[in-house]
Amino acid sequence: MSFATAASRGLLTCHACGLLARAAPHGHDICCPRCGAQLHLRKPDSIARTWALLITAMILYIPANLLPMMHTSSLFGSQSDTIMSGVVYFWTSGSWYLALIIFFASIMVPMLKMIALILLLVSVQLHSRWQLRQRAGLYRLVEFVGRWSMLDIYVVAIIVALVQLKALATIEPGPGAIAFGAVVVLTMLAAMAFDPRLIWDPVEEKKRG
Amino acid sequence: MQTNTSLVACHECDLLQREVPLPQGGIVRCGRCGAELYRSHPDSFERTLALTAGAIFLFAIANAFPIVGLKLQGQVIQTTLFHAVQILWDEDMKSVGVLVFVTTMLIPALQLLGLTYLLLPLRLGRVPQHFALVFRMLQAVRPWGMVEVFMLGVLVSLVKLAHLAGVVPGIALWSFAALMFLMAAISAVFDPRDLWARMRVAR
Repeated sequence: MSFATAASRGLLTCHACGLLARAAPHGHDICCPRCGAQLHLRKPDSIARTWALLITAMILYIPANLLPMMHTSSLFGSQSDTIMSGVVYFWTSGSWYLALIIFFASIMVPMLKMIALILLLVSVQLHSRWQLRQRAGLYRLVEFVGRWSMLDIYVVAIIVALVQLKALATIEPGPGAIAFGAVVVLTMLAAMAFDPRLIWDPVEEKKRG
Repeated sequence: MQTNTSLVACHECDLLQREVPLPQGGIVRCGRCGAELYRSHPDSFERTLALTAGAIFLFAIANAFPIVGLKLQGQVIQTTLFHAVQILWDEDMKSVGVLVFVTTMLIPALQLLGLTYLLLPLRLGRVPQHFALVFRMLQAVRPWGMVEVFMLGVLVSLVKLAHLAGVVPGIALWSFAALMFLMAAISAVFDPRDLWARMRVAR
């Protein structure tokens, strides 16, 4: 099978409606003739933007895990819960399946996502032709799985709304929730800023010699 | 600038491929990277419209009624989704409140209204104004609608609270569960290619 990319033939794909359009010879700011979205050969400054968002997310990942997500105050004293202590609580109270879900969604997914994006960025910057298909699959996985990290934010929202009864206990959201929400949004934005077509461009470069 | 309709480029690896006619329910994958290029669903247009109409009703119920209640000393404390957002806002967790509001209320609402706005007039043979703009909005907004994640979040909090007090599932909980399935079905059935083809015909 002979491979030709759209870019090598001077064609642009619209990221919104999928239409193939011919690039104007010296055109900047071309819009899709069908839906009007801005067209780019590759996402602009993809690598720099992805790094910027990713590094911000990595920095915020630290307070997200160290600061409390919730403060519980009751007659029996008060208590602060981080993500990890929530996991431990579920584990010791016998709901090991919930402990696994939260551990996976809130701790593993953001961390693996950041590692995967670093791997993709570095390999693209080295013009690597190593494991192309696997890396494409990794990117697809990162895009698909990222949203599930939002789980803990919703748990905080529901619990805080329900446990407002001053007599028994009050649960307040903690600053960890802000940092954690920011990590989820930033890693999603980073994955969107990354252009998976960059993974395959070295193949084209080699063909051209 | 000219358009080319017999070729399709993979949106993930940029490989040019010839479009092939598809049997009903078939999926075309990129020959190089394996990304899904397009699929054909039987009656994609009608099904999307029907599912959207159903989802609008469920969405209204899911937001108007309490999601869960806690039973404590004979009292039941309930909360709707919007009430939960309000409390986060009042607790000075404005960013978290906005995040919950946008991902579970605003974006699903935009998606459902946007789809209705595009599909219903087309069904009647007319092209709505700002067709392209609304289409682009739908595509841009899609990754941020998180009804299914929210549903899992509610279930986790139910188990967490069950240690504390009796938990009463509300009507909205069931509506959200059903809405989750309809939203998933919409994104599986909705076919932008079919939409643009119909739009060309209608114009």
